[in-house]
Amino acid sequence: MNNSKFIDRIGWPRLIIAAFLVLLLILAQISGLGVQGLISDTFRRYGQYGVLVLAMVPGVQCGIGLNFGISLGIVGGLLGALISMELGPEFWVGMGAPEKLIPLFTILLALVIGAAFASVIGIGYGILLNRVKGSEMTVSTYVGFSIIAFMNIAWLILPFKRGDLIWTIGGSGLRTTLTLENSFGNVFNRFLAFKIPHTEIEIPTGLWLFFFGACFLVWLFLRSKVGMAMSAAGSNPAFARANGINVDKMRILGTAISTAIGAVGIIVYAQSYGFVQLYNAPMMMGFSCVASVLIGGASIRRANISNVLIGTLLFQGLLTLGLPVANRIIPVANLSEVMRLIISNGIILYALTKSGGGKNA
Amino acid sequence: MNNPVGKKNMRDMLFENKVTLLFVLLCIGAFFASKQTMGFLLGELFTRIGRNTFLVLSLLIPVLAGMGLNFGIVIGAMAAQIAVFSVSVWGITGFKGFALCVLLSTPLSILFGYGAGKLFNNMKGSEMIGGMVLGYCANGLYQLLFLFIFGGVIPINNSRLMISGGVGVKNTIDLKDTIKYALDELPLLHVVELALVLLALSAVIAWSAAKKKGDTAAGKRQVLRLVLSAVGFGLTFVPPIRSLLTTTRYTLLTAVEVVVAVVIAYTVGSVCYKKLLLHQEADLKKAGLRIALAAVAYALTYVDSIYRLLLSVKVPVVTYCMIGLLCFFNEALMKTRLGQNMRTVGQSLSVATASGINVDRTRIIAIIFSTVLAGYGQLISMQNIGTFQTYGAHETVGQFAIAALLVGGASVQKATNKQAVLGVVLFHTLFILAPSAGKNLFGNSMIGEYFRVFVAYGVIALSLAMHAWKGKAAQKIQLKPQGEKPGAGPSAEAEGAAQ
Repeated sequence: MNNSKFIDRIGWPRLIIAAFLVLLLILAQISGLGVQGLISDTFRRYGQYGVLVLAMVPGVQCGIGLNFGISLGIVGGLLGALISMELGPEFWVGMGAPEKLIPLFTILLALVIGAAFASVIGIGYGILLNRVKGSEMTVSTYVGFSIIAFMNIAWLILPFKRGDLIWTIGGSGLRTTLTLENSFGNVFNRFLAFKIPHTEIEIPTGLWLFFFGACFLVWLFLRSKVGMAMSAAGSNPAFARANGINVDKMRILGTAISTAIGAVGIIVYAQSYGFVQLYNAPMMMGFSCVASVLIGGASIRRANISNVLIGTLLFQGLLTLGLPVANRIIPVANLSEVMRLIISNGIILYALTKSGGGKNA
Repeated sequence: MNNPVGKKNMRDMLFENKVTLLFVLLCIGAFFASKQTMGFLLGELFTRIGRNTFLVLSLLIPVLAGMGLNFGIVIGAMAAQIAVFSVSVWGITGFKGFALCVLLSTPLSILFGYGAGKLFNNMKGSEMIGGMVLGYCANGLYQLLFLFIFGGVIPINNSRLMISGGVGVKNTIDLKDTIKYALDELPLLHVVELALVLLALSAVIAWSAAKKKGDTAAGKRQVLRLVLSAVGFGLTFVPPIRSLLTTTRYTLLTAVEVVVAVVIAYTVGSVCYKKLLLHQEADLKKAGLRIALAAVAYALTYVDSIYRLLLSVKVPVVTYCMIGLLCFFNEALMKTRLGQNMRTVGQSLSVATASGINVDRTRIIAIIFSTVLAGYGQLISMQNIGTFQTYGAHETVGQFAIAALLVGGASVQKATNKQAVLGVVLFHTLFILAPSAGKNLFGNSMIGEYFRVFVAYGVIALSLAMHAWKGKAAQKIQLKPQGEKPGAGPSAEAEGAAQ
């Protein structure tokens, strides 16, 4: 009795995937791949993608469904990062900041600016989504694509001046990939990072602290009075309205928070990755985030923090551990991209069939 | 009260077609900004119309069946690409190779379309997002197929197609020696001959069947058909017609002349047919107008600058005929029982179920049609381009086709042949002009390049949003009278319109 309840709570799909991950680990060990390195990689990517996946939760809870339009938040975050980088260390030296803390200040400024931009964008986006109730996902996907395409133009003409941001030839237009080596690359990852004794497995403590802290804040928010009202508006609008909750306002709030977390997420992602990627790079990122939260047990109507924590680990584990093993069998150069396409979109398709389940009216 | 109605209709019409109108303005602006010549634009445009219209037209049937814009046509394109690759491996060239591609892609598309249809039936209401995600998922499987299974599992010894090592297909495959221009440069003569032979054969078969039954009237009709096909066959030997039929690419001038001739012949023919054979009233006014318009178009070709422009552009005849045929097919399908069923399913699932239509089956058939046609469309596009981008040729197919259709004024619920053609013209005009316009305006051709991609996505986003928006408004109007006072429909409607 107790046992089956536990399985129900975790859900069979997750147990199967977890078992599969263990199998992959054993296979990797047998075929002599560096298992410890793979685990380190998984841990790092766990924190790297975690915040972006977390951005899905307020969206689903407030009733807009899976937020494929997270690119809007990503764009806001990129803007924040770029402005902070453009100001550069000189700005902080001028303010009299101690040299050791400059990278930290840079990323904090990036986070603040990014979240501010994203909140404003998110409010507008929420107003739009209120007008298209029922087709949010289709609309948000294409709004997301449009903003990426629009920002492609913006990246070319925005007046950034710093030498290591723009193309050397022509003297204008941001580069496709910007290194963060001289600004805030790996600030969080390095903070209190340590290796588990007697192994090569590294724990990116700062990164995890940030990720878990963000999760905790969202968890707190969802339990606050406003958060409860928002979830009610999402799960049962008519009931919420009867209780005097302004459903449309709650949806805008949820969308704005989701977008702002997206902005924070991309900056965390960039600092862990070591590079800021502009132009078409963030285009399909929303799909990975959606797949992650779905694999963690969320549905189009319900998502919570545990879905994020489990889902990100499973999804990133699947890609990180699965890739070298699969590469043994299938020696293809860009297998990671192919695997990501199949797995993430397969999961989303599966979730869609579950939600629309053959209703005939 | 009367006056504002007319005004409002005008305003409504402008509002309904705002995407199209906006695009017309954009195209005109881009044309002047780009400083390209009309000849360049027309040349490029007619190439692209031939290349893409078939694909866009393949979207119409699912819209009718209420499944929205079929983002899943990508899988039809993949089926076509698998067929082209196979034919390239076997080294079958020319029209034979193209015909084999058609033969191969059909069962593949049917299979893929069936799967997609089954899937969509499990997610009614989310077909569009489902189709999009399905396209990406299928793209992953496609990459796996071309990167690994070809060569890795299925041994293929062909150094021209495979990357060194033998596993995985090269990035680009040159179709110059295989199916390039296979359809574009097929003489119309062969098609006409084949059609006439088929007509004659069917007439003979029907005639013998009628004779067995002793139905003399039907027998006579079949004899008439046989004679007609013989006359048609004889006509192909008349020198001017023969030269027209053996030319594979007409100048635009010839095309205009032929179209004008066909329009006049068709109009006169149908009026005579109605008056003399069926003894019905014919719409003479409309017929007269049509003939007058055709005459004006012909007269315009004598204007010197237009004459020179028309001489400079050439169009592939058979490809354009195929596009015309598909338009005709889309129209004809609606007159069949199946087409009517699709329309009912599209309007209301519950009504369709109540009237005994197998909803799921009808929806699957609609998707299969669309997928198969999209496969053919991709084949037409590939034989025209002449190179096959192994890993990228299909990626934008769905998005660009859908954007083009929406630009033409179509919506998620309604799309017609005319909108498809108009959309292709406008969308590709902007696509041709955007880079040079961007270069002239901003000094950077990349801006134009990005701008056109932005426009493609933006148009889809805008149209989807507007459709959802309108849908919601319409729901409100419908709900109001039902909820409050059933008799007050018109006033509530007026109220809704006033907002």
